[in-house]
Amino acid sequence: MSISDDDVKKIAHLARLHISDEQVPGYANNLSSIFELVEQMQSVDTEGVEPMAHPLDIVQRLRVDEVGETDQRDKYQAIAPQTEAGLYLVPKVIE
Amino acid sequence: MLHNKSITELSAGLAAGEYSSAELTKQYLQRIDQHADLNCYITVDQEGALHQAAEADKLIASGGAGPLTGVPLAHKDIFLTEGLRTTCGSRMLENFIAPYDATVVTNIKQAGMVTLGKANMDEFAMGSSNENSYFGSVLNPWNIKMVPGGSSGGSAAAVAAGLAPIATATDTGGSIRQPAALCGLTGMKPTYGRVSRWGMVAFASSLDQAGPMAQSAEDCALLMNTISGFDAKDSTCMDRPVDDYHANLNDSLEGLRVGLPREYFSDELDPAMRKVVDDALKVYEGLGAQLIEIDLPNTHLSIPVYYIVAPAECSSNLSRFDGVRYGYRCDDPKDLDDLYSRSRGEGFGAEVTRRIMIGTYALSSGYYDAYYLKAQQLRRLIKEDFEKAFEQVDVIMGPTSPDVAFPIGAKADDPVDMYLSDIYTISANLAGLPAMSLPVEQVNQLPAGLQLIGNYWSEARMLNIAHQFQQKTAWHQQKPVGFFEGGS
Repeated sequence: MSISDDDVKKIAHLARLHISDEQVPGYANNLSSIFELVEQMQSVDTEGVEPMAHPLDIVQRLRVDEVGETDQRDKYQAIAPQTEAGLYLVPKVIE
Repeated sequence: MLHNKSITELSAGLAAGEYSSAELTKQYLQRIDQHADLNCYITVDQEGALHQAAEADKLIASGGAGPLTGVPLAHKDIFLTEGLRTTCGSRMLENFIAPYDATVVTNIKQAGMVTLGKANMDEFAMGSSNENSYFGSVLNPWNIKMVPGGSSGGSAAAVAAGLAPIATATDTGGSIRQPAALCGLTGMKPTYGRVSRWGMVAFASSLDQAGPMAQSAEDCALLMNTISGFDAKDSTCMDRPVDDYHANLNDSLEGLRVGLPREYFSDELDPAMRKVVDDALKVYEGLGAQLIEIDLPNTHLSIPVYYIVAPAECSSNLSRFDGVRYGYRCDDPKDLDDLYSRSRGEGFGAEVTRRIMIGTYALSSGYYDAYYLKAQQLRRLIKEDFEKAFEQVDVIMGPTSPDVAFPIGAKADDPVDMYLSDIYTISANLAGLPAMSLPVEQVNQLPAGLQLIGNYWSEARMLNIAHQFQQKTAWHQQKPVGFFEGGS
C-alpha cells in the first residue's frame, strides 16, 4: 500500500493539519511503510468474526438523570486562547 | 541518604519519625535540581511539594496518616493537576493549566502523598523512546547515551536515578512496561477498567490504562491500593471490588502454571535476552512453578492491529485540540479553517501528526471496512488466544522488550522500526489484560525485563508472583552508577 503526496495532502486537510510542501514527501514515505506493515492484516480470513470495540465487551453504564455538574464556565474559559462575554472567539465565519 | 529507599521503607521511616516528609521532599527536590541534565521532569513543583510535605507531617504527627502519607512521587505529565501545568509532552499544551485534577491525582492527594512534579514523556504518549517530547529527550541513567524507553520515559528515568521514589505512568501499548524494562524498574499496567482514566489526557481510549512505575513489586502494590477502584466519572471504569494488593504478596507459588508462548521464544529472539529470561524462569521453577509451552497464534498481528486501532482512536480524541477552547493557537489566523489547521499543524509534533493521519485515513470513507473493521475483528482473535491460554495457565511470561535500551537517535528516523519495540507488550492492551515488567539479569550492562501477563483482574496474584521472584533475586535492587554513591 503506497500513499502518494496527493493522499497526504488530502488526509492532512481532512484532519485539519497544516503541513508544509517540503514535509509532504517525508510523510508519504513514512505512511506508506506503516500501511505496508498493516497490510499483514489482510492475510487472515475474519469472515463472521464479531468486531471488538472494547476489551471488556461491556455495555455503556447508565446513571440516574440528576444534575451533578455545576456551572464552571468562567473557570473553563479562563484557559481559552480568546473569549469575550462568555463566548469563545474565532475568526469571522460569515461576512 | 534517603533516595535509595523503597516506598515501603520510606513509609516505615516516616511513621517511625526517623525523618519528616519535609526533609525527604527537600532531598528529592535538591536531587532533581542536581540531575536536571537527565531531563526527567517537565515541571518541578517546589513550592507545592513543600506545602504538601508540611501538611503530611502534620497528619503524621496527629496520628491520622495512611501508609503513603508524606511519600513523594512524580506524575507522568499526562495526568491533569489543578493549578500545575500539564503539557502531555506537547507544544499544544505548553502553557496548559488544568481546571481540575485527574482521579488518579485526587486519590494520591487523599493518601497524603507529595507531588514533586510532572515527568517528561513522548508527546501525547506516542513513542517508545521519549524522543518525541517537545521538551527534549530523557537520558537513561544507566547510560546517558541511551533512551529510557517510552512513552513514560521521564517517570522511568526519575525513579531509576532516585529523583522520585515512585511514579505514575500510563500504558497504551507498552508505555509502562517497556521503559520499566529499559530502566531496571518494576511496572504494572492493570486490567483495562481497574484504574480511572478520568483526567488522563486520552490517546487511545480503549487501550489506555494508568499504573505504577516502582522499585519493586511491593511498592507497586502499595500504589495500586491507592489508585485502583471505581470512578463514576469514567464510564469504562469497572465497578467491582478492589483486592488488597499488599495482603497476599507472600503466598506460595507452589503449583503455579506459567505459560511460555512459543511465539515469544522464536529464533528471532536475541540469544542474550533469551538467556536472562530463561534464567528467570528457572527461578520460578525453583519456587514451585510449572512451565508450560502455549500458543498465541495471532501474536504477529498485534502490531498491525494496534497501528490501526490506536491511531484511529487518537485521530478522534485529538480532534478536541482545535485552538479554540484551550491549548495552542496560531498567530493571526486568516479564517476559521486556517485557525484549525495551523494551530494543529504547529502544535503537534511529527509522530503525533503521523498517527492522526494514519487514523484519519483508516477511518475515511471507503477504507473503514478494510482497516478499522478488520483490525477490530483481529483484535477479537487476539483476545480469544489469551482466553484459551488462560484455561491452561495462570500467568504468561516472556521478555518485555526485544532489546535493551538503544542509543538516542538510533531509531528516530524509522517509525516502523520504533514500533517493533513494543512487539511483546501491545497484545495485553488489545486484550485489556493486566501485565507487568520486572528486572532480570542485565544484558550488555543494561537492564532487561521479564514480562508477566495475567488473566483479567488478577493483579493481586501477579504482584504476588513478581514479589516472590524479588525475594529470591536482587536484580530490582541494582542501581545505576553515579546517582547513589556518597551523601545526597
